[in-house]
Amino acid sequence: MSQTKTNGPVLAADGTPLKKSLARALRVEKTRALMLIAPLLIFVLISFIIPIVSMLFRSVDNRIVDNTIPYTVAELAKWQPEGEALPPESLFEALYYDMFLAAEAKQHTRLGSRFNYEESGFSSLFRKSGRALDDLGKDYLKELKAVDRSWGDADVWYDLMSGGEGATRDTAFAEAVVGRISRLESTTLNAANGFAPSAEIVALLPKTAEAYTTFANFTWLVDEASRRPGEEPYSAEELAGDKPWESVYPALIQDLQTADVSAYAGPQADKLRALAEAKSAFAPPVFKSTFAEIDKDWADAETWQIMKAHSVKYTNGYFLNAVDMKRTPDGAQIQDEDKRVLLKLFGRTMWMSLVITSMCVLLGYPVAWILANLPARSANLLMILVLLPFWTSLLVRTSAWKVMLQQQGVINDVLVWLGFLADDDRLIIINNATGTIIAMTHILLPFMILPMYSVMQTIQPTYLRAAKSLGATNWTAFWRVYFPQSIPGIGAGSILVFILAIGYYITPEIVGGNKGVFISNRIAYHISTSLNWGLAAALGSILLGAVLILYWAYDKIVGIDNVKLG
Amino acid sequence: MAALTPISRKPFWLVALITGGFGAFFGLFFGTANGSGPMGVLIGAALMIGLAFVYIALIRNERLGRGMTFVAGGVLGFAAGGIPLAVIGGLLGAVAGWLIYWAYEGRYRSYIAPYLTWYQVLWHYGFRVICGIIFIFLITPILVVLPLSFNAQNFFTFTPEMLRFDPAGYSLKHYQDFFSNNEWQRSFKNSLIIAPIATVISVTLGTLAAIGLSQSHVPGRRAIMAIMISPMIVPLIISATGMFFFYSQIGNWMEGTLGLDKNLVGYIKVILAHAVLGIPFVIITVTATLVGFDRSLTRAAANMGADPVTTFFRVQMPLILPGVISGGLFAFITSFDEVVVVLFVGSASQKTLPWQMFTGLREQISPTILAVATILVVISIALLTTLELLRRRSERLRGMSPG
Repeated sequence: MSQTKTNGPVLAADGTPLKKSLARALRVEKTRALMLIAPLLIFVLISFIIPIVSMLFRSVDNRIVDNTIPYTVAELAKWQPEGEALPPESLFEALYYDMFLAAEAKQHTRLGSRFNYEESGFSSLFRKSGRALDDLGKDYLKELKAVDRSWGDADVWYDLMSGGEGATRDTAFAEAVVGRISRLESTTLNAANGFAPSAEIVALLPKTAEAYTTFANFTWLVDEASRRPGEEPYSAEELAGDKPWESVYPALIQDLQTADVSAYAGPQADKLRALAEAKSAFAPPVFKSTFAEIDKDWADAETWQIMKAHSVKYTNGYFLNAVDMKRTPDGAQIQDEDKRVLLKLFGRTMWMSLVITSMCVLLGYPVAWILANLPARSANLLMILVLLPFWTSLLVRTSAWKVMLQQQGVINDVLVWLGFLADDDRLIIINNATGTIIAMTHILLPFMILPMYSVMQTIQPTYLRAAKSLGATNWTAFWRVYFPQSIPGIGAGSILVFILAIGYYITPEIVGGNKGVFISNRIAYHISTSLNWGLAAALGSILLGAVLILYWAYDKIVGIDNVKLG
Repeated sequence: MAALTPISRKPFWLVALITGGFGAFFGLFFGTANGSGPMGVLIGAALMIGLAFVYIALIRNERLGRGMTFVAGGVLGFAAGGIPLAVIGGLLGAVAGWLIYWAYEGRYRSYIAPYLTWYQVLWHYGFRVICGIIFIFLITPILVVLPLSFNAQNFFTFTPEMLRFDPAGYSLKHYQDFFSNNEWQRSFKNSLIIAPIATVISVTLGTLAAIGLSQSHVPGRRAIMAIMISPMIVPLIISATGMFFFYSQIGNWMEGTLGLDKNLVGYIKVILAHAVLGIPFVIITVTATLVGFDRSLTRAAANMGADPVTTFFRVQMPLILPGVISGGLFAFITSFDEVVVVLFVGSASQKTLPWQMFTGLREQISPTILAVATILVVISIALLTTLELLRRRSERLRGMSPG
């Protein structure tokens, strides 16, 4: 062997150390592979993984309550319920102003339906209250007008609130109000485009300023902006011509009880002073009785307790509902008897999937065995009988079963014709669990046969012969030699069939009637009919969790890389 | 297959047992159809045993005996109930004649190992009968749909005219309805627009990614694989709800910000959703094809001066093409057959064929569905054939004999 330099690193042809050169080559290869994968990975992540994750997030998301009635939520947090005692006046006041804005934005019914999922009656309560809130303000407007008619004029209000030309505007105050409107409308609005009250008036009449600023910015940034897209935008001049919402009048009365207007020198100061002098004539608003007049439910402490229980931002309420429990003021409790359906439905989904899977094993095993042990030519011919249903549209097979299983269908007709059944005693095998099991066993059977077949093909027939020549009986040879080797096929097929079965929607929907539906059908119902998306998401999360566990097991047993099709 | 075992004639009691059992079984059906099961069993068994005795002891001519039973069965059936029963009778006669000689000559032993005991032989044939029944279970629903789609009535069941093979009982009117009804035609057209485009997207992206995944050093290979296969694993209803929320936002954005036409946006939404669903199938089939791909071929191509793009199109692509096409077929059938996602993501103007069938099955039940089903069965037979041919080609390319 010739003497070479043994010191120092081994070099590649271009003089760089071999280690470095190899590392670079590896890096290039990795980058190239990732570049090829990247487009698809990003596509799947964005259009599949993220939508599913965000859908699952809906199962805990309860921000709608805080976004719609933030002041009420804050007051509810402070309130400690004691027996039948009603919450303090401040809570009713907060709800009045929250609800007023929500009703103007037409969001109060959405919140009503949200609470209605927990306790029926809320939906109509909220709708009714939203309509009736104007009356309080209208009454106060009459009283204000009795002092000075001009309180009914839009420009007087604008003048008072804006503080006239050159007044210092309180932009921070406006931003807070606009931020609240943004959360309510689930958009981002820019306070700089809207109205800001004068700093002086905010300090003097805080409630009035807030009620007016809310009105002004909602009208300016939301209502009018959506009414005239692409046209001349709304302006301060137009705002000065728009009558404020009725909520500003009770707010003004409230403010006058405490405000000292004698030092005020801004616009409309004389009118405000005249009003302050007459203030003893006005009864300050009692929101408690206002609400109690609208609906007696508001005078019931339980209404408030339910609202308090569901006023958190992130709730476990939907998950509790999904397992037939409910979130109450006293913690999680079992759902009322008549509403307990979901656990039963979960149980039925599991049970029927198990039955379907076992039926598939029972029917699939002999077929897979005979396919694997017949000579290739006949096996291929018989394979067509398995592959044709596999390739046929799911809807075709489902409609075929609908045709077969009906009371006037093929199976019943044949049985009647053969005399096994009386004509008036036909089997009811559709629109119940039997129908679902028969149809789904047929539909999923190929998914059982194909993995079993591919495992059985690899089992050497000589093993069986060897066992027999060593004295095993037929049964022993099968049970001790052949069967253990075919277990991976059974496992793979069973998990596959089970995963597919528990998520099935179409077939149970068509042949399952009421008694043969799965949890998927319930999810679809909540998404498209009852619109209780949070509950649908919670049910979906539980179902997905079950599937992922099975998927993990499948990966351990078979390996996702080894999934074969056709 | 050559015979394994030399055969010999069997004693009459065995023939009587087998043929008697056969007769009893079918006698049961005719017995119950005519009012009395046990009588049918007795008469059937006696008839078959008598027949076997006559053939074995008196006629001694196989061809003559089998021909006679076939004709006699047909004539009896015709006398009893016209053409349909004549067909059944003829078939039964032929099978009965065959069975008698099969048992008498001991032919059932011919193709199985000589050392089997009698109950092993019995199990051998019993097992085949069980498998036969399961195969019948598998294929019957599809076979039942085909004749029913030619029903002249608006029924989902066989009419007496159909059973008499009366031409008046059959018609093409459901097919006519399918081809002339606007609703069906529009949904068919929608399916033909959506499925191919979705397939092209999933095949293009999926093939590239599968090639990337088959490289030797891919960081996080298992995680990437799991993500890409997830659309196949996640229950469709969950995918559908997730996509429902996502695509309604995307749709609003495309309509509002990009100013696209509402209809176009609808198609884009459904196509993208279906493309995602088809991706796992492409990944799986193409990866499976790439496992058998000889990497030295690309190196050889590079060695001869081909750049990576040329290598891909001239060397790699032709070899993995069968896998790509079969993945594409899977993706196509996934989209063509999909109803849950389109139900949630699409709007009425994107109604596809399966959607139309689904509403048809739920609401206004019309046998046009069966005509559509028949057409779809024909399409799937065509796809199945294509796939089988591709598989053979792929194996030939890789130097394996078609199995």
